[in-house]
Amino acid sequence: MQKSLHIDPVKCTGCLQCEMACSFENYGVFNISKSRIKVFNFEHEGRMVPYTCTQCFDAWCLNACPVEAIKIDAATGAKVVHEATCVGCKVCTIACPFGTVNYVAETGKVQKCDLCGGDPACATACPTGAITYVDADWTGLDKMRSWAGRTDTQARVSA
Amino acid sequence: MGWTRKILRVDLTKGTCQSEPLNMELAQQYLGQRGLATKYFVDEVDPKVDPLSAANKLIMATGPLTGTPASTGGRYSVITKGALTGAIACSNSGGYFGAELKFAGWDMVIFEGRSAKPVYLAIENDRAELRDAAHLWGKTVWQTEEIIKKSHQDPQTRVCSIGRAGENGVLYACIVNDLHRAAGRSGVGAVMGSKNLKAVAVRGTQGVAGIKDAKAFMKAATAAKKALADNAVTGQGLPTYGTQVLMNVINEMGALPTRNHRDVQFEDARKISAEAMREKRPTDGKAQLVTNAACFGCTIACGRISKIDESHFSVVNKPEYWGASGGLEYEAAWALGAANGVGDLEALQYANLVCNEDGYDPISFGATVGAAMELYDLGILTKEQIGMEAPFGSALALTKLAEMTAQGVGFGKELGLGSKRLCAKYGRPELSMTVKSQEFPAYDSRGIQGMGLAYATSNRGACHLRGYTVASEVLGIPVKTDPLVTTGKADLVKAFQDATSVFDSAGVCVFTTFAWSLADLQPQLDAACEGDWTMEKLALVGERIWNMERQFNNAAGFTAKDDDLPPRLKTEPAKTGPAKGLVSGIDKMRPEYYQVRGWDAGGVPTKETLARLGL
Repeated sequence: MQKSLHIDPVKCTGCLQCEMACSFENYGVFNISKSRIKVFNFEHEGRMVPYTCTQCFDAWCLNACPVEAIKIDAATGAKVVHEATCVGCKVCTIACPFGTVNYVAETGKVQKCDLCGGDPACATACPTGAITYVDADWTGLDKMRSWAGRTDTQARVSA
Repeated sequence: MGWTRKILRVDLTKGTCQSEPLNMELAQQYLGQRGLATKYFVDEVDPKVDPLSAANKLIMATGPLTGTPASTGGRYSVITKGALTGAIACSNSGGYFGAELKFAGWDMVIFEGRSAKPVYLAIENDRAELRDAAHLWGKTVWQTEEIIKKSHQDPQTRVCSIGRAGENGVLYACIVNDLHRAAGRSGVGAVMGSKNLKAVAVRGTQGVAGIKDAKAFMKAATAAKKALADNAVTGQGLPTYGTQVLMNVINEMGALPTRNHRDVQFEDARKISAEAMREKRPTDGKAQLVTNAACFGCTIACGRISKIDESHFSVVNKPEYWGASGGLEYEAAWALGAANGVGDLEALQYANLVCNEDGYDPISFGATVGAAMELYDLGILTKEQIGMEAPFGSALALTKLAEMTAQGVGFGKELGLGSKRLCAKYGRPELSMTVKSQEFPAYDSRGIQGMGLAYATSNRGACHLRGYTVASEVLGIPVKTDPLVTTGKADLVKAFQDATSVFDSAGVCVFTTFAWSLADLQPQLDAACEGDWTMEKLALVGERIWNMERQFNNAAGFTAKDDDLPPRLKTEPAKTGPAKGLVSGIDKMRPEYYQVRGWDAGGVPTKETLARLGL
């Protein structure tokens, strides 16, 4: 089964545990400035929203890369940056409509979410279930269940 | 390693910023944040110093777990000699600023001297410089943060600052970070203002590396997070209702100080409670509460984000207050509400917004308004002196006085001095509900006896966060004790005070202690920090910190006489509720406490005690 990261902003409290988990997984340090997932705080609305790469099926970044440094991980479907090939030209950062692939000055390469090889650290770290890793074909399942529960059919009383 | 091992020393008189290595020997004895910064402070500052003079210093300090995924690991503290109290001050704040300071590579920043003109400190990792703040002086906290982020062209910069209250010498001014988190008590913002230091802006991209045993740390941090999630208070009560979960509970106990402690129950408590914040308003069909929110790294998320009623008289035609913002927390709701007899939830939120916007402590402010309303009730203060009618229960007076205090105009100037100085000025010092000049928080010493002792002996003046025996006396954490008796409270208070000193020095939030004991914190510290951090060592560190603070206060001129409660709490019995007929047993508990502490009858640590603690 293909899985995908699923974000439910209503549940996000802005604790940034996901950002710390991401940086620790990928760089071995607790450093939110190296995180590939970012929580945005819309202070005046009281909304916090985690945001990261959604792994487009037909990925702009992958199509734009002139050296084919971004490849598909067959197991997870993630679009993965191969650092050894990446030349740091940043064309992918221009091509991506969502801003989720970014340049890292320290390494001279770009970075983006690679789904941690199929066990995303951000989802594991999230204390509220705002970030989950679920069946890619059924990211709407929880919402459907919630609305299904609101239909006014009476529960049947068994004898 | 937990520590970055670097201190930034900022000489405001000379305008210099210098890096120096952290004294790792002291870190082994005082851990970090509150403990370690206070050690630096007492070693460098004369206890007799005038808090608002250039000779006072101000330290912003992180703990070894600040900036790590340990739950609530985002705290920093401000240590100085308090403007309100003249005692050691240590005010703790959450939000995101503390972690950012750590990520920039600094365990603490020591400010000394006084700048000739307004400045702010800009930190970007290793680089730090003082910059002109003429354009920021006179601006609110909210404006200051916005202007700095714009001028730095960096929305990811974190800012702490003082508002107009800190500039105008409001003695209980705060330092506010991330718009509505504050190092709130004892007037640390007034000290910052006296130094002409408007703000600190920090951007850190270095992170926290070199955890002693990362694998063990992650295991311990994960287990501790589970303990928080599984606990009824930290897993359900606080995220759902916030600290405001206490309003109805404490009122039922007859321990909700009302109208300057004349009463112990408030007839309108329900109207200003957590439950009321979640109810739809008749005016706009919306609840005041928008969502809960977490500080950095916090898996509890007790914070309240609210939207005020746009049609409320306080904000009509003031759209700048209509957006979501912080509040109400229990202490603020009590101080702005019950302490003055005001039962208008929207008025409380407005006053709370003004406190955040211009940086002053809603507890001390609200309680001072309560004292002023009693003076008005007694005919000592007149309508002309205050500039308006100010009877108990007046939401209009509360909101106007909040604005006047923020702006430093009219009677607001007198309110800005706190209730001790206000009541003394008008010849009724006994009406000030304070210890060491600091106003009480939201628990009455007659209905929760242990809190009376905790207030009287708190090193920073009346405070609930130095020894929160409410946990035991009300919530049964870690064991239930009877709130109406004095027996055993000396031991209880000491245990809470010492343990809290460790939590405040670690970089985590004291609210974890609803679910955690030292045994939950210890494995996280031991895995993160170099050295051997056993339970025994931590217990000793906590007691050492408490006694160090006590020694500073004693040297500053405080004596056993200052470990006392106002006469009202000792002579006027609670009128209603479970504590009806009771007064505080502070005079019985105090000598017991001194004995448990290993202090002499004058409240001075004995030689044996000091030797045992390595002081």
